[in-house]
Amino acid sequence: MSEGSLLALTLAEARDGLARKAFSARELAIAYNKAVKEAEPLNAYITPTPERALAMADAADQRLAQGKPLPLDGIPIAVKDLYCTKEVLTTAGSHILDGFRPPYESTVTAKLWRSGAVMLGKANLDEFAMGSSNTTSYYGPVENPWRRPEDNRPLVPGGSSGGSAAAVAARAALAATGTDTGGSVRQPASFCGIVGLKPTYGRCSRWGVVAYASSLDHPGPMTRTVRDAAILLRAMAGHDPRDSTSAAVPVPDFEAALTGDVRGLRVGIPQEYRAEGMPGEIESLWQQGVEWLRAAGADPVEISLPMTKYALPTYYIIAPAEASSNLARYDGVRFGLRVEGGSLDEIYELTRAAGFGAEVRRRVLIGTYVLSAGYYDAYFLKAQRVRAMITRDFVSAFERVDCILTPTAPSAAFAIGEKSEDPIAMYLNDLFTVPANLAGVPAISVPAGLSDDGLPLGLQITGRAFDEETVLRVAEVLESAAQFRHLPSFIAGGHS
Amino acid sequence: MALDKAAVAHIATLARIRLSEAELEPLAEELSHILTWVEQLNEVDTSGVTPMAGVTATRLPMREDEVTDGGCREEILGNAPRTARGFFVVPKVVE
Repeated sequence: MSEGSLLALTLAEARDGLARKAFSARELAIAYNKAVKEAEPLNAYITPTPERALAMADAADQRLAQGKPLPLDGIPIAVKDLYCTKEVLTTAGSHILDGFRPPYESTVTAKLWRSGAVMLGKANLDEFAMGSSNTTSYYGPVENPWRRPEDNRPLVPGGSSGGSAAAVAARAALAATGTDTGGSVRQPASFCGIVGLKPTYGRCSRWGVVAYASSLDHPGPMTRTVRDAAILLRAMAGHDPRDSTSAAVPVPDFEAALTGDVRGLRVGIPQEYRAEGMPGEIESLWQQGVEWLRAAGADPVEISLPMTKYALPTYYIIAPAEASSNLARYDGVRFGLRVEGGSLDEIYELTRAAGFGAEVRRRVLIGTYVLSAGYYDAYFLKAQRVRAMITRDFVSAFERVDCILTPTAPSAAFAIGEKSEDPIAMYLNDLFTVPANLAGVPAISVPAGLSDDGLPLGLQITGRAFDEETVLRVAEVLESAAQFRHLPSFIAGGHS
Repeated sequence: MALDKAAVAHIATLARIRLSEAELEPLAEELSHILTWVEQLNEVDTSGVTPMAGVTATRLPMREDEVTDGGCREEILGNAPRTARGFFVVPKVVE
């Protein structure tokens, strides 16, 4: 097979091709190593690991030759640079982790390698996963492989898993890991025309993933198809005694849930998402999604999630509060950057001033404030109470419906620098994704159509806790109906 | 809530982030803007609602108190900016 056609395969197709020896894991790894190089202008990777990829591919080829393949043998993936990878530079997109080579491997990546997956490198991201445009990385912004027709301005890939999304869309990775604290898997998936799944809280271990907001952080897969997301999630999921919030529940064969049959399923359409000022193109794609599911035999039902409008402000209290506590560990003493000072306090203050970018600093300060004496009840506890009410909204909705259909994001990708002036304008990107993080329920973004200016738009399916199977099944039906076959302006290997 | 420069300086000290005098005013404006925006939560009647710290069960799992890891001092110190004789090095903190 030509390298271009190897890169065009989905994960499921590559797995099957490897199993019938149509090509080797080494050939696939070589093609992807070249693709990573070709995609350099996108800045999707912070640290490519081409030699490791070849060594892992060779090991996979040996197992394949012995007829004992592992579930992901030879599948080349990008790892968001928030996952600690043993002895491989792990930056979290921050200056403050300069030179950090973890002496341990995150649980999720360890599981992937045990399943035979091949590491292509560490993908760029917003600093400490704080951002919706991948412009806050110390290693520079990531470019979306998509461009508006007749407009050459580079666009953001979304964030914070922007490098992962750009790499998968540009065929510089077959799949990738991401993390989603307020939409960081689903919003970049929507912006780059790929699939992104945030599983249930507790489904994938957070151990070894650099913490942003621990009660909201979710590792999840980013892939080209829904089937690929089902395959990758199975390998990432499972109970981990090292993460006390990891759920001791069995991991189903998610791929087996893709039956294509959604007849009789009740799909909730929350009226509150018709926010004022929702662009017409988003509204009509959403309506189209309703029609697709109806045509497949599902039963759309109007529902109400009355607390929706409070999800974002709730998030912007809880997430910074947890972040200010989690990021206290960056002190210039044990790892990463250190700026010398006359006293210990001065080392802390100078190191953190030099090491944190503007958005991280902003969130740490907000978090410190809402947790400080005299404001804790008014802000932090208040937000935690509203969070309980938002979760209750979902619980009551799921008494009436089996899943919920909404748009993923209120817009398509925008140009780099187009809207970063006002932090709140940037926060609004996560309007439709944040509620699922607060409630911990699974949600997926599926590419469903193009905006008026020719950019991908995603639809989101949200489900009951630990019912990723329904989420994936409905998502696959949407995917089949949408027949999204458009390609970005840049793909590695070229357009054939 | 509008924060003034002194309040920002105080928060920055609590957070151990050094700010220059010139940074205080713009940050006071930005942070006040964000706080005013999140204060829309005050419209919500939350009386009688228990604060929710996380989505998982409130009781943490217990395990035997056994050593399961360790003995990797060199690997851990390998990432430290300054070490001496198996320790992290910081300026003197006790007079």
